[in-house]
Amino acid sequence: MPQNEYIEESIRRHGRRMDHAERKRKREARQVHKDAEFAQKVHGLKAKLYNKKRHSEKIQMKKTLKMHDEKNAKQKTDDAVPEGAVPAYLLDREGQQRAKVLSNMLKQKRKEKAGKWNVPLPKVRGIAEDEMFKVVKTGKSKSKAWKRMVTKPTFVGDGFTRKPPKYERFIRPMALRYKKANVTHPELKATFQLPIIGVKKNPQSPMYTQLGVLTKGTIIEVNVAELGLVTTGGKVLWGKYAQITNNPENDGCINALLLV
Amino acid sequence: MPDAAPPILAQFQTADGQRTGPPLSLPSDVTPEQLTILINSFLSHDDPRPYSFYIDDTEIVRSVHADILAASTSTRSAEDTLTIVYQPQAFFKVRAVTRCATSMTGHTEAVLSVSFSPDGSQLASGSGDTTVRIWDLTTDTPRHTCRGHAKWVLAIAWAPTGRVLASGAMDNHVRLWNPATGEALGGPLTGHKAWITSLAWEPLHINPRGTRLASSSKDGTVRVWDTTLRRCLFTLSGHTAAVTCVKWAGDGRIYSSSRDKTIKIWNPDGSLYKTLAGHAHWVNTLALSTDFALRTGAFDHTGKMPENEEQAGAWALERYNALRGGAPERLISGSDDFTMLLWDPAASNKPVAKLCGHQKLVNHVSFSPDGRLIASASFDNSVKLWDGVTGKFLASLRGHVAAVYQVCWSADSRMLLSASKDSTLKVWDLKTKKLKIELPGHADEVYAVDWSPGGDRVASGGKDRVLKIWKH
Repeated sequence: MPQNEYIEESIRRHGRRMDHAERKRKREARQVHKDAEFAQKVHGLKAKLYNKKRHSEKIQMKKTLKMHDEKNAKQKTDDAVPEGAVPAYLLDREGQQRAKVLSNMLKQKRKEKAGKWNVPLPKVRGIAEDEMFKVVKTGKSKSKAWKRMVTKPTFVGDGFTRKPPKYERFIRPMALRYKKANVTHPELKATFQLPIIGVKKNPQSPMYTQLGVLTKGTIIEVNVAELGLVTTGGKVLWGKYAQITNNPENDGCINALLLV
Repeated sequence: MPDAAPPILAQFQTADGQRTGPPLSLPSDVTPEQLTILINSFLSHDDPRPYSFYIDDTEIVRSVHADILAASTSTRSAEDTLTIVYQPQAFFKVRAVTRCATSMTGHTEAVLSVSFSPDGSQLASGSGDTTVRIWDLTTDTPRHTCRGHAKWVLAIAWAPTGRVLASGAMDNHVRLWNPATGEALGGPLTGHKAWITSLAWEPLHINPRGTRLASSSKDGTVRVWDTTLRRCLFTLSGHTAAVTCVKWAGDGRIYSSSRDKTIKIWNPDGSLYKTLAGHAHWVNTLALSTDFALRTGAFDHTGKMPENEEQAGAWALERYNALRGGAPERLISGSDDFTMLLWDPAASNKPVAKLCGHQKLVNHVSFSPDGRLIASASFDNSVKLWDGVTGKFLASLRGHVAAVYQVCWSADSRMLLSASKDSTLKVWDLKTKKLKIELPGHADEVYAVDWSPGGDRVASGGKDRVLKIWKH
């Protein structure tokens, strides 16, 4: 076992050998070749680990180089005119929500007509009926099988009353009903919990739209009154569309992205 | 059952309390039109002038019976001697703007300030794209683009002669432009250490050549510049926080409001005259009862052009004195403490009245061109009307669905225009105190609005980068 810091002590007392710097430089210069040789020779799990380590090292190196480049480059950011000019009376009033008028009623209406939106999630996984519905057996001897239970989260409007059991073909379980969604405003980069107004379109099938099924990719209408958006006509805007971005049946909450 | 229109005993009186003619016995269903004929014959005017009539500060709109005697809040009966106060109205009538005549594009960032020249013949706008643009009003096309500032142009102001345009920007500089050619008059006026918040030219009747300019800045100072010598004459430093607004009053004094909660009044030689303290938070804006005369200088609704500087100065003085009407100028200040204070700075250090009622900060206040009314724009979505002399609350104009940024008056004081964050302009009728016309069209917040002194058009600009011209 080495006793104390004897190497450091020796260096302190006697200094390094005369060609220390030269040897060090050479060793470092040789190191890249050694690494390359090793990288070519290595295989198996070791190669996997080594490549992973090398990959992250290279990323770090590139970042460092870039930082040095930035440091050396001439600074001219001071001349740039910042975006989002505000008049003198609004300067120094940060902290107040400055939501932009994002709605263009006409555009939205036209899109509505075409039934097409330029949505963040253009494609969704198809959900078959037997995944969506559970067959509920009814009748005295449980021989009838015309009743279905929706196994996905749903939105049910405020004034909804369930039909008498005899006529109720689709059951939407209370535990899977949702009233609110966490809606992210893509330009404000802020998330608000907003009440759901309705289900505009479920891409799976029009029947799911009618049932108010909330799956990934569904377009819902949310109440944005508290965001303070206004139309070009100067009216407060309250209904806006959003697309669900998570799998509500897995997560137990609804995350959506506002369509602007 | 009393008579539907019992006769009343009425005495005419001017606004400052002088009686006109003997007490008269009038039928109580007498209308303002009939009273106007009567008062014109009393005053023996050759051409009939329009008047408005008030009993106990209530305007007679339909008839004395309908508005005063039959009103539910009335304490008057037909047996009292009623004092009818009459006030002259503007000779000319401004027609309400109803449509967007032109949308002028060109700015590549939000339009932050819009201003008509004192004679109403030219229009300038300052924008976040660092340019000042001058627009041709006969064809509604851009005329000149003035480049020079390095940052957002926050304030622009026309010299009262209309021959120079000043602009102040985020880059701490004030620049001067020749509106006829669009060229810069020399380089920047440097000295401020933070951005320029507001500009004010010396009134024409004090100096008919109109060469001095005051600029207020975020750095807490006001600088007075001589624009011909192109140097700073003196710096008014006394505020301890950003100066938000500067006004050059008709008596030569300079008023400045600041975020240090005070208003300071400076003598023409640069010494401090008074400090008005009373607000509990930032003071955002100032307005003078003579603002309209100071802004338009020698130009009035008849379109006469003065022949030389002396005549212009004399006309401006005449118009200023006519608007002031023997009383000293009044000052109103709007603040972040949700109130406004009405001051009579010549008489006392104490406010005449405290105008409470807004539920959010007051962003802009403005005296009507005849100085009788005050309009205030607040972030609580409302515009409120106040008496310009006593500060009494008159009406609340509701309709906007977002913060109201600016208000501006028509030259005849019969209409009010408000610009709001909800992207609309609204025209309010002051006779009925109701919304007259709604002007949607902007795609985003409206930051600046101006009604031309002649009243024929309105210019507005905002975050959607478009300058819109509105006409009848």
